[in-house]
Amino acid sequence: MTFSFTHLTSALALAAALAVAPLTANAADSEGIVVYNAQHEGLTQAWADGFTKETGIKVTIRNGSDMQFANQIVEEGAASPADVFLTENSPGMALVDANKLFAPVDADTLAQVPETFKAADGNWVGVAARSTVFAYDKTKLKESELPKSLLDLADPAWKGRWGASPAGADFQAIVSALLELKGEDVTKSWLKALKANATPYKGNSVAMKAVNAGEIQGAVIYHYYWFGDQAKTGENSKNVALHYFKNQDPGAFVSISGGGVLVSSQHKKEAQAFLKWITGKGGQAVLRDGDSYEYAVGNGAQSNPKLVPLSELQAPKVEPSKLNSKKVTELMTEAGLI
Amino acid sequence: MLQKNTYAAPASQAAALRLPPLTAASGGRVPHASVIALASIVALLSLVPLGFIVWVTVDTGWGEVIALVFRSRVGELLTNTVLLEACTIPLCIMLAVTLAWLTERTNIPGARIWSWLAVAPLAVPAFVHSYAWVSLLPGMRGLWSGVLVSVLAYYPFLYLPVAAQLRRLDPAIEDAAASLGLGPWRVFFRAILPQLRLAICGGSLLIGLHLLAEYGLYVMIRFDTFSTAIVDQFQSAYNSPAANMLGGVLVFCCLLLLAIEVLVRGNERYARVGSGAARPADRRRLGWLVIPATALPLAAAVLTLGVPFVTLARWLYLGGAGIWRMDTVGSALLQTIALAVAGGLLATIAAAPMAWLSVRAPGRLQRILEACHYYVGSLPGVVVALALVSITVRLVLPLYQTSATLLLAYVLLFLPRAMVGLRASIAQAPVELERAAMALGRTPSQAVRQITMRLAAPGFAASVALAALGITNELTATLMLSPNGTETLATKFWSLTSEIDYVSAAPYACMMVVLSLPLTLLLYAQSKRTAGQ
Repeated sequence: MTFSFTHLTSALALAAALAVAPLTANAADSEGIVVYNAQHEGLTQAWADGFTKETGIKVTIRNGSDMQFANQIVEEGAASPADVFLTENSPGMALVDANKLFAPVDADTLAQVPETFKAADGNWVGVAARSTVFAYDKTKLKESELPKSLLDLADPAWKGRWGASPAGADFQAIVSALLELKGEDVTKSWLKALKANATPYKGNSVAMKAVNAGEIQGAVIYHYYWFGDQAKTGENSKNVALHYFKNQDPGAFVSISGGGVLVSSQHKKEAQAFLKWITGKGGQAVLRDGDSYEYAVGNGAQSNPKLVPLSELQAPKVEPSKLNSKKVTELMTEAGLI
Repeated sequence: MLQKNTYAAPASQAAALRLPPLTAASGGRVPHASVIALASIVALLSLVPLGFIVWVTVDTGWGEVIALVFRSRVGELLTNTVLLEACTIPLCIMLAVTLAWLTERTNIPGARIWSWLAVAPLAVPAFVHSYAWVSLLPGMRGLWSGVLVSVLAYYPFLYLPVAAQLRRLDPAIEDAAASLGLGPWRVFFRAILPQLRLAICGGSLLIGLHLLAEYGLYVMIRFDTFSTAIVDQFQSAYNSPAANMLGGVLVFCCLLLLAIEVLVRGNERYARVGSGAARPADRRRLGWLVIPATALPLAAAVLTLGVPFVTLARWLYLGGAGIWRMDTVGSALLQTIALAVAGGLLATIAAAPMAWLSVRAPGRLQRILEACHYYVGSLPGVVVALALVSITVRLVLPLYQTSATLLLAYVLLFLPRAMVGLRASIAQAPVELERAAMALGRTPSQAVRQITMRLAAPGFAASVALAALGITNELTATLMLSPNGTETLATKFWSLTSEIDYVSAAPYACMMVVLSLPLTLLLYAQSKRTAGQ
């Protein structure tokens, strides 16, 4: 090692100075919007690309998860760098809305989405939807052996045979629906059974992979992971089939992915335009044609033809603003799941 | 080279706080007060995460603290952590000491190559190791998988100091032991192993702290530790009391490890007395045992390097040219390099006053300041990040989500790494040259700048490189603190593997390894040099 260290250091210092310069530029100062994105990166990136192409407005994406961002926005308050908040599920939306941090969504944006997929107060709007499923190992389970209800999984007979991703926003949204539909006592005992019976995974795709590998016989996840994998190579889902609980069971919960504009935003016009675009024709077409396989929610928008139509899912009626994420986190912490 | 050499302070310098007169006539001493002030600022900054946890604890109130700390989940995590440490560290010691012995003291063919291959796994980030293993054996999970991957990823941290120490040992002691009738095995256990104690303690501590801090490795193989649980809480409720209390328990574990290391290390003398110098030790001829003896480093290389390289190559092959998207991979690479170099430089600059003091003016206050510098580096990234997120969002909003905060986290996390290289090279710059310069009319600060800093430049560069290596592969603090729109190789790799898109993740893993290789080479060269070869 005989090269000169001092030369190396000065060269590196120069490189650092050159490269850090763009890093320190704060995204909020530039023209464009900052999106706190808890949705899948690929989907939001596709939306952002389409929107920028059409309007020329730059979109900076910060990726994270539903409840992290919802709590973060509450903590940031008026100083939040975010203009738009996109989630995978509505509890995060409800939390931000309860803290009065959303600006009302433009009327023509709201008009693009039916009643069932937006907040009653018009402060946030649905951008996509997802259905709860029981993804099971079709080589091991016959249809007659499948659980009739989500609550059946608390039965000791299911011990060690199923899994979920309890630390994820998706599963916590399902629990919030259960809490809303069946009350605290039922939820508590179901979570206790979950701790005893189920194997925890980090992420829905990992849970599905475990079903496929025969580690567990089934997992409570959302529908689109299976479709996404089938469309790619199918290597993580070839032994897996989906079971829809239907008949208004908590396990038939359809979760609304929401979008909202923050009241603190300095770029409200652009932020509203972004929401309008993703709930409109262009944005909803991304759901139909892309590889996200989430349900489209816009009026007259078609979902991917491979999916079981939303109208056939027999989802339970849940008022999204009532989903109590804080209580869910408490109950799950209490049950020792997180 | 990664050990903390305890620097023996001559008694005459114990009163380092006395301000020496500033005239060159007084024997030309550099004033310490200003350097102490600088080191104190860094030390105060390093107390921020600990102070934050104390504040949150008080703020939360005892009732809730007890409910959050004394719950069964914490018990589970504690059990996992203790088992992980108790299984991994002894295995690392056995593997590292055996490998070091084989490569340094026996005649196995290709000893040099094996010793390089024993260090090379450091170029593969821990979560890339687990990514490789999970691709190979998708069913891997739980404690034993955790132990296996941890040993493979971290044993070089022990191999490096142990091998360096073995090279320095005076074989006369072994000769004396043998002449007293001890067989080769007993010579090893009674004359050699005790002399490796410092190296083994230092390396084990480093590994122990890494096990506490590591996040990505354990998520992939589904083994819950405090770090993974804190991130779960963060994702479910941001900087909630529950997350912070888990952080408190984790900090307690780190401090406990530091204390255990001090106790086990002891304070025996290891230096030889008397005239003469140690001759290089002979290499032991293994005879027919050479075959099994060569099999061990070969097996280690296959498991630590073969597995990651084969799986990476497979994913890259499956992905073809399409996964090398310059707009994403290229930009992540540039941002990573920028952050690593800037953070490495800053960490080294921040460590410089303390490194200089600990060599030139040791004393009681300096030892306390130095302890602050070292303790903060033992904190997991997730704890430091949680503290900085909360403090910036509540108190210092202009710094919230800026590169400055992220770089501050890097400085705190990698201070000890920066200290190591600097201290060694400052110790090798004779103080007499500084004094001579002052006698010739230079001011003290000029003397330090023109003499000591130049002589310490290689150590400075090595420190920057070491810290940069850590930053390149840092995940949790980067995820929590990075400015909007910043994506590093590590965070990009992480988001793709979370979606099980192992193919698209491969280029990022590959780039991390490529960036880490030269730094690992430098580390290897350094350890050879400190051992006088």
